[in-house]
Amino acid sequence: MNELLYFPGCTMKTAAKNLEVSAFAVAEALGYRMIEMEEWNCCGVVASLTDDDLMHHIAPLRNLINVENAGQQNVTTLCDMCANTLKQTNLRVKDNPANLKTLNDFLDTENDYRNTVKVTHFLEFLRDTVGFSTLKKKAKRPLKGLKVMPYYGCTMLRPREVAIDDAEEPTILANLMKALGAHVVDNPYKIECCGSYHTIDQREMTSKRAHRISNLARERAADAIVLSCPLCKFNLDVRGKGAEGLFKGYRQMPVFYYTQLTAIALGLGTEHCGFDSHSVDPMPLLKERGLVK
Amino acid sequence: MDAGQEPGLGVTMEAVSKGKHRATRAEVAVASDSKLTDEIADLCDENIFGCYQCGTCAAGCPFIEDMDVTPDEVIRFVVLNKKEVLDSKTIWLCASCYICAERCPRNLNITKIMEALRQIVLRKNIDETDIYGLTEEEKGTIPQLAFVCLFRKNIG
Repeated sequence: MNELLYFPGCTMKTAAKNLEVSAFAVAEALGYRMIEMEEWNCCGVVASLTDDDLMHHIAPLRNLINVENAGQQNVTTLCDMCANTLKQTNLRVKDNPANLKTLNDFLDTENDYRNTVKVTHFLEFLRDTVGFSTLKKKAKRPLKGLKVMPYYGCTMLRPREVAIDDAEEPTILANLMKALGAHVVDNPYKIECCGSYHTIDQREMTSKRAHRISNLARERAADAIVLSCPLCKFNLDVRGKGAEGLFKGYRQMPVFYYTQLTAIALGLGTEHCGFDSHSVDPMPLLKERGLVK
Repeated sequence: MDAGQEPGLGVTMEAVSKGKHRATRAEVAVASDSKLTDEIADLCDENIFGCYQCGTCAAGCPFIEDMDVTPDEVIRFVVLNKKEVLDSKTIWLCASCYICAERCPRNLNITKIMEALRQIVLRKNIDETDIYGLTEEEKGTIPQLAFVCLFRKNIG
């Protein structure tokens, strides 16, 4: 079995356990074991955007140093925001050797970062290392009859320098879903922000955003939304459910992580999916389509 | 001019201290003799004068409906040194989705300019969000990354 060094981040251990569990199951079915980094800390979630602020690059940089300490050059993440932040810091110190020196000097109890690490999103791993054609062959239970709307959000697509796909017209989730046998429904809101952290102090606005995205998917006859980011998942699933009280007759559709649908297509049981923590239960839909017993 | 009056702002410090006048962020965050363009230049190296006001950023912004000033107007306010832009809702609604930066025909990273405007306020120790107002229900259900994100964006 091959091994992948894995950086979890805070949310995989708490609110998005089901993303981690399903990704681990998918990786194992494909012959890979995800090995969690022995030492890791918060990635910082958002990249520091002011030129003079190096302080907030320390947390992500320390994670990159720990990858080098483990004797590895690749680290895989599941969370879109972790992937984005780690990649942006990696790029910043690559482009600014003076910044790297300052940070290395500051982190004087750690080894110096040598800029050898490549950060990989798990979706990139599925596309570039495993290959969607391999997944198509391994799909014992194709997602036949399931109409899904891929939702990409922001952090896996922008800024361009750290994107895993085209910033305006991404296809990675759609191609994965097609390979697994699902019917893909397009939606122009697929790259628009879900409301992000405003979910905390502007709940109604976030519900309205979730409604706008999901409602168009419904008008276009999608059964469900498939996505990757744990914050998008929360906003569309939970705040989308909240939108039922704001819009008469509106019903929120189920929201899946791509790892959950991949697990089902690979013939793995729903015990690897953690559907019990979803706000909108996806089981009735999966049963109706004959994808689970 | 009365003694104790800040030049150009028309508000006495005495009125502020007695709570008669609630100071705006523009008054607190920026010295009256400094220019917003200079403050922004210290925080990001975007050529703010490159903006030709086409409005592409406003057209693509997912939060435009809730904004009081559109993103292209924010740029114009900065160029004209209209400091009340620091009291706008817009700079706090921007969630750094980078759509405007991706589409700007003048290659301006508006995402970075919005962050710079927030930082001008936050670095004066003025927070946008009151973390003590969070309920137990919110702390127990909302994903952890949302909190870190909010603290990084709205708290200095």
